[in-house]
Amino acid sequence: MKRVKEALSNLIVPMISISFGFLAGAIIMLLSGNNPVTGYVALLQGVFGEIYYFGETLRMMTPLIFSGIAVAFAFRTGLLNIGVEGQLIVGWLASVAVGSMFDLPMILHLPLALLVGAVAGAVWGFIPGILKARLHVHEVIVTIMMNYVALHVSNYIIRTYMLASGQRSDYVSETASLSSEFLRGMTDFSRLHWGFFLAIAACFVMWFFLWKTTKGYELRSAGYNQHASSYAGMNVKTNIVMSMMISGAFAGLGGAMEGLGTYNYVQILQGFTNLGFDGIAVALLGGSTSIGIFLAAFLFGGLKIGSSNMQATAGVAPELVEIVIALIIFFVASSYFIRWYLNRRQSKKEGK
Amino acid sequence: MEYVIEMNDIRKEFPGIVANDNITLQVKQGEIHALLGENGAGKSTLMNVLFGLYQPEKGEIKVRGKKVEITDPNVANDLGIGMVHQHFMLIDKFTVTENIILGLEPSRYGTIDLKKAEKEVARISEQYGLRVDPKAKVEEISVGMQQRVEILKTLYRGAEILIFDEPTAVLTPQEIKELIDIMKKLIKEGKSIILITHKLKEIMAACDRCTVIRRGRGIGTVEVAKTNENELASMMVGREISFKVEKAEADPTDVVLNIKDLVVKDTRGVDAVNQLNLEVKAGEIVGIAGVDGNGQTELIEAITGLRKAESGTISVSGKQLTNLPPRKVTEAGVGHIPEDRHKYGLVLDFTVGENILLQTYYRKPYSKNGVLYYPTMYEKARKLIEEYDVRTPSEKTLARALSGGNQQKAIIAREVDRSPNLLIAAQPTRGLDVGAIEFIHRKLVEERDKGRAVLLVSLELDEVRNVSDRIAVVYEGKIVAIVDPKTTSEQELGLLMAGGKLEKAGESGS
Repeated sequence: MKRVKEALSNLIVPMISISFGFLAGAIIMLLSGNNPVTGYVALLQGVFGEIYYFGETLRMMTPLIFSGIAVAFAFRTGLLNIGVEGQLIVGWLASVAVGSMFDLPMILHLPLALLVGAVAGAVWGFIPGILKARLHVHEVIVTIMMNYVALHVSNYIIRTYMLASGQRSDYVSETASLSSEFLRGMTDFSRLHWGFFLAIAACFVMWFFLWKTTKGYELRSAGYNQHASSYAGMNVKTNIVMSMMISGAFAGLGGAMEGLGTYNYVQILQGFTNLGFDGIAVALLGGSTSIGIFLAAFLFGGLKIGSSNMQATAGVAPELVEIVIALIIFFVASSYFIRWYLNRRQSKKEGK
Repeated sequence: MEYVIEMNDIRKEFPGIVANDNITLQVKQGEIHALLGENGAGKSTLMNVLFGLYQPEKGEIKVRGKKVEITDPNVANDLGIGMVHQHFMLIDKFTVTENIILGLEPSRYGTIDLKKAEKEVARISEQYGLRVDPKAKVEEISVGMQQRVEILKTLYRGAEILIFDEPTAVLTPQEIKELIDIMKKLIKEGKSIILITHKLKEIMAACDRCTVIRRGRGIGTVEVAKTNENELASMMVGREISFKVEKAEADPTDVVLNIKDLVVKDTRGVDAVNQLNLEVKAGEIVGIAGVDGNGQTELIEAITGLRKAESGTISVSGKQLTNLPPRKVTEAGVGHIPEDRHKYGLVLDFTVGENILLQTYYRKPYSKNGVLYYPTMYEKARKLIEEYDVRTPSEKTLARALSGGNQQKAIIAREVDRSPNLLIAAQPTRGLDVGAIEFIHRKLVEERDKGRAVLLVSLELDEVRNVSDRIAVVYEGKIVAIVDPKTTSEQELGLLMAGGKLEKAGESGS
C-alpha cells in the first residue's frame, strides 16, 4: 500500500511540474501575442502528426537516454557527473574514428566501434574519478573543465587528421553504421536507427546493474554513506573510480549513437552539443530511474522535434520552446515545494 | 491555583495508532517535572501538542489556570512556553548572539543593533548562570555550550515554562552535571521545567516530580523523593527491570585479541594511542573505561582497519591483523558494533534487510557470479529480525524509519550473527532506553558464554562496571591499570581514569 502510494507520488510530482511548465509557457505565448492553443496543437502535431516526426522524436531520444543514464548512474552512487557532455563528445569522435578507418565485417566492426566509443567516455570519466578518489578533488570542477578539453581536443583531431569535406569527417563504413533502411522506411525516411533499441537495452542494464548485482549494491551503498561502506569492508575509492567510468561509458555510447546512427560522421563543433547537459535535466525529471529517464527523454526529444513545427505552422519562435523546456526544468527542480504542499495537505487531512 | 500547566485527558491519534490515550500532565509552578517513557511511548507527541505542533482530538490545556487553544508554536511562545530541542536549531556560521536574536532582532535605523543585543544576551546569561561567549561562532563552541545557546534562545523570547527534549543525549557526564545545575538555577529564578527523558539517574538527580507514560497511556505521577530507580523503571517498562546484569563467573581460555605496543595517530596527527598493550581472552568481557578522548575511538578504528597503526601489532586468534583493510579484519572473525550507528553502522537509506546483510552480502548464497539474490537476503534478514526482536514493519522498511533502539538491534543482529571470534562493542547502548539496554547487555554476556572474546568500550561507568569481567582503564592512550570490577569502587575507577594511582595498585595488573 505504502509502495503504491510512493510510486504514485513519484509519478504525480513530475506530472504537476510538467503541467506548470506548459502553463507558464502558455502565459508567455499569450504575452508575446501568440495563441497558446494553436502553438501547443502544432507542437503535438510536430511529434505525433506524422510518422516522420515521430521517428525523429525517437531518434532524438536515443542520445538523451544515454546521457540521462550517465548522469543518473553517477548520481545514484553519490557523484555529480557534469562531464557527460565531454564524455559524449569523445565517444562520438572515437566511434567514428573506428567506424571510418577500418574495414571489418559488420559483426566485428559495429561492436568494436561502439566499444571504443564507450571506452573513450570511460577514460574521460576515469580522470575526475581518480582525482576524486585519491586527492579529494571535487568531481564537479574537474568534469566541467574536462568538457572544454573534450570539445577542443576533438575539434583539433578532426581538423588535423579526419577532415574530408567542409567541416566534417568521412562517413563511417556501412559495416559500422547503426542506420537502418528498415526503420527509415517505416518512418517515412526519418533518421531513426537501431541505436534506439540499444538505448532501451541500456535502461534495462542500468536497472539490473544497480538493483540486482553485488557491485550495484556496493555502489549504491557508497552513494548513500561512504563511512558505513568502508566500515563494511567495501573499497570506496575503487568504487568512485568505477562509477565514474561506467557513467562515462554510458555517455560515450550516447555519442556513438550520434556518430554511428544519426549522422554517420563527426563534424567540427561550434559549441557544445548540449546533449550531455540535457541529460542532467532528463535524469532529474526521471527521478534517476530507468523508466523515468525513458519517459523524460521522450518528453525532451518531443519538445525539441515538435518545436520546428511550432515555428513552421503556428509561427511561434523556437526560442519560446527553449523557454518552455527551461520552465519545466525549473518546476522539476523546485518539485520540493510541490511535494511539501502535497504532504501538508495529506497530513492536514489525517490530522482532522 | 498551583499548576502552571495542566494537560487533561489529552488524546492524539495518528492513522493506525493512538499516540496519546487520555494522558494527564500537571506541572506545578517552579518545579522540574520529568516526563518519562521508553522510545516511542508518546512523550514527544504530548509535548508537540503542548507546543502547538499537533492539535489533540480530545482534552483541554490550561496555562496558569486559564483554558487555552494552542494552535501553533507562536501561540505557545506568547504563552511563555519555550522548547529546547534535542537536535539544535542553530546556524553554525552565526555568532551566539546572532543565533539568539534570530527572528527578534533589535533594530536601529533599519540595521540590527548588535551592541544592544550582545548586552541583553550577556545580561540574561549572567542572570541564569549560563556562561557563553556572545561573540563566538556556534561552529567553534562545544556541544554543551550550543545547548546553552538553545536555552538562551527560549529565555530571550520570554519563556517561563521550558521544555527540554532529551537534553542529555548528546552531552558528556561533566556537561550533564552542569546542565542540571543550570536547570536548578532556572527554577530558583521562577521558571518551570518539563524534562523529557528516559534516563532514570537524571530524574533522581534533578527532578521534583515525574509523570510516566507507557505505550501512549499515562501510568501515573510520582514524587521523585518518594520513589527509586527500580520503581520508575518498572513503571516505564511495565515489568521488573534488573540493573544488575545477571551473569555467571567468567571462564576465560585462550587469548583472542592481542595488542602489543600499539601507536595510532588521531586526525590531528597526535599520538592518540600510545604504546598500548591489551589482551582479551575467549570467554571474557573486557571493558575499557576512560574519559572521552583518551584514545578509545582510535584504538577501535585501528583494530577494525579503519585507521592506520603507526607501529605495534594487533592479532586475533594468532592471526596478524595490523593495518589490514576492514574486509580482511571482518573475515578474521571480528564483529564491530560501531560507536556512531548512523555514520558507520547503517546505510540509513537502505532497507533494514539490506543493512543486515551489509557485511556478508558478497558471500554465497546471497551473491553468486556477481548477482545478488534478494529473496535469499531478505529471508535471512527476516530470520534475524525475529531472533533479535527488531521491531520493524517489514524487512523492506528503510533503516531510517526505525527507532534508535531497533536500529541498534539490527546492527547487533548483523555483527553477532557472523559468529566472530571477537566482538567489539563501542558505546552499544548510547541513547537507548532501559528495555533495549537490558537486551543488549544480555546479548553481550550470552556471546561471552558461547566462548567469544568481547571488548566493550563505554563512557558510562555503570555499564563498564556491570557488564565487564575485567576493566582496563585507559588514560592518554595507554592502559594504566587492569582492575576487577567487583573489588573496585566507582571512586577508585574515577581516580584511575583521571590519571591518578591507587594505593593497592597493580593487584591484578598486566
